[in-house]
Amino acid sequence: MATNTLKMGIATPSVNVLITSFYHSILGETMKVEQISIFIENKSGRLAEVTQALGDSGINIRALSLADTSDFGILRLIVDKTDQAKQSLKERGFTVNKTEVVAVEVPDCPAGLAGILKVLDAGNVNVEYMYAFVERCGGNAVIIFRFDDPEAAIKVLTENNIHVLEGERVYGM
Amino acid sequence: MCWKESGSTACNPSLKTIMIQNENKTTNIWDRDNECMSRDGLETLQLERLQQTLKRVNEHVPCYQNKFSALGLSVADVQSLEDLRKLPFTTKEDLRLNYPYGMFAVPMRDVVRIHSSSGTTGKPTVVGYTRNDLKIWTQLAARFMTAAGVTPDDIVHIAFGYGLFTGAFGLHYGAEEIGASVIPISSGNTDKQIMIMQDYQSSALVCTPSYAMTLADRMEKQGIDPHRLSLKVGLFGGEPWSEEMRREIEQRLGIIATDNYGLSEVMGPGVAGECQHQCGMHIFEDHFIAEIIDPETGEVLPRGSIGELVLTSITKEAFPIIRYRTRDITRLDYEPCACGRTHVRMMKTMGRSDDMLIIKGVNVFPTQIEEVLFQVEGCEPHYQLVVERDGTMDTLEVQVEVNERIFFDEMKKQRAFVNMLEKRLLSILGVGARVKLVEPSSITRHEGKAKRVIDKRNS
Ligand SMILES: [Zn+2]
Repeated sequence: MATNTLKMGIATPSVNVLITSFYHSILGETMKVEQISIFIENKSGRLAEVTQALGDSGINIRALSLADTSDFGILRLIVDKTDQAKQSLKERGFTVNKTEVVAVEVPDCPAGLAGILKVLDAGNVNVEYMYAFVERCGGNAVIIFRFDDPEAAIKVLTENNIHVLEGERVYGM
Repeated sequence: MCWKESGSTACNPSLKTIMIQNENKTTNIWDRDNECMSRDGLETLQLERLQQTLKRVNEHVPCYQNKFSALGLSVADVQSLEDLRKLPFTTKEDLRLNYPYGMFAVPMRDVVRIHSSSGTTGKPTVVGYTRNDLKIWTQLAARFMTAAGVTPDDIVHIAFGYGLFTGAFGLHYGAEEIGASVIPISSGNTDKQIMIMQDYQSSALVCTPSYAMTLADRMEKQGIDPHRLSLKVGLFGGEPWSEEMRREIEQRLGIIATDNYGLSEVMGPGVAGECQHQCGMHIFEDHFIAEIIDPETGEVLPRGSIGELVLTSITKEAFPIIRYRTRDITRLDYEPCACGRTHVRMMKTMGRSDDMLIIKGVNVFPTQIEEVLFQVEGCEPHYQLVVERDGTMDTLEVQVEVNERIFFDEMKKQRAFVNMLEKRLLSILGVGARVKLVEPSSITRHEGKAKRVIDKRNS
C-alpha cells in the first residue's frame, strides 16, 4: 500500500485509499488471464480430440498443462479465444470450466523463480499450481500461476516490482 | 360382511374438522378414535378383522384356497397376529395369473368400481371395490389429507390423471369428504394448470413430485413467482422421491410438501400418510397389517430392520389381499409419534426389492447411491454401478458422469471430491465403493434412461 501511495504522489489519505483501490480493481481485471480447464477420461485419443476441436475452430493454444491420475486428467489451456474455445469444446461433449490465472514474467537467471515464490510466501499468497508458458517475453520466461486469491497475488507481485503480464498480451503472444 | 367405520362417518365431517382444529390447531386428526387407538386395542381389532378376512378369502377366492391347502393350513390356525407369518405371500404374479377377476371375493354385482395398474410386462392387474370399500377408501384419503393440512377452506388442485389409476379418484373423494373444493383438472397441459392455479387460487396441489418440479420449472420460465400464488400444501405420491427433492419443492413452490403412500393392489392412495411432523407415513393399521421381510429369504425381520414391505388388507370386501409383497423397501418405526397417532410409521421407500444388490453380503439399493450423489451434486446424477467379483471378493464401482458443478481445475480439489464421495457412500451403504469420474454422456442410455447396474459376477 505504501509503495503505491508514494508512486502516485497523492497527499490526502482518504482520497489515497480510494484511488489506490480503484487502481487495483482496474489492475486486477486487465492483469488476470483466463484459463479453461477440461475433464478428460484417461483413455487414448481424448487429448487429440481436444486439440483437434480447437484446431477446427481456428483457436491457437498458448500454454498447456495436464494433471492426471490413473482414471482421469485435468487439462488446462490458455488460448487466444477463450469463450469460443469453451463453446466449441462443450459442443463436443466435454466438461469445461473457466478460471482466472496470473501470468508472471520470471527473470532468466539462477533462482529467478525462487525469488518470486519467496515474495508470494511473504505476502501470504497460496499457489495452487503453476506451469510454464511456451513463449518467452523479452528474454524472460513466463510462468502461469493459479492462486487462491489472484487479486492479492497481483498486488503483492506488483508492489515488489515483479512484472505481471496483461491478459490481452498473453493471448496474443 | 360389512366393516363399519366407527366414529367418523356418522357425524358431519367439516364440522368435525373444525372442532378438532379448535381443540388443537396443529393436530389435524380426522378420525381420532381410530387413529389414536391404544396399541392393545388396535391389535385386538387387527386380529379380529384378519380372521374374518381369511375366512372370506378361503371361502371365495380359489387362489387362496389352493395356497392354504397346499401348505396344509387351516384358517383356524391363525390365533394371533404372530401367526400371520405362517401364511403364504401374494405376489404380482398371482394377480397376473388370476387376471382379470380371479382374485375378487364378491360377485360382480357387488362391485361398484374397477381400477387397474399397468404392469411393466404383460397384463395389467385389475382391482375392484364394493360400495363399502369406496366408503372406507374415502375415509382413509380424508385421514391423510387432513394430516397433511387440508381443511374445508382449501381449493384442491388434482393434477393426477383421472382414469384407471387410483391416484386421482382416491384424493378426489377424500378432499370432498373433508369439505374442500376440488378442481379435477387431471394431468397434462402445464400452462393451463398454472393459469388455473393463479385464477382459481388453488391452495393444495395433488400430483407426482416430479410433476411439481415441472410446474416450478415452467413458472420460472414464465416469470411467475410461485410464492405469490395461493398454494400452501402439496400432497405428492405415485413415485419414490427423496428428502432433498422435498426440500427443493418446498423452497421453489413455497409450500409444505407431504408424502403419502398407496398402491392399487392394496387400495390406492390412503394406505399411509404423513402427519405434520414429517417423520414417516402412518400406516392406517386398523385397515392394513404391515410386515417387513428379507426380500431374499421371505423371513419376517426384527422390528426396525430395513426390508421389503408386505401388506395385508383386513377390511376390504371386493379385493382382499393377504401378505402382498409390495417390492418397496422401507423401515417401520413403532415409536409413538408426537402427533398423538398410534399407528406405525413407514419411512420413505428406499427403492424396489427387484433392484437390490447384495454386495459382500450387504443389501445395497441404487436409490441410496442416487441420494448421496443428489446431495453432493445438487441435481439429478448420471451414474452407473459396476459390480464385479475379484476372486471371492465383490467390488462395487460407482461411475459418475462429471459436470461443471463437480469439476475443478485443481487436482487437489478434484481428488478431495472423489474421497468425500467414497466416504459418504461407505457410511450410507455400509460397504466400500470406488468412485470413478467419467466424461459426460459416456454412460450408455436406452431410450433416454441409463442402465443403472452392470453386474458382471455371474457372467
Ligand atoms: Zn405423526
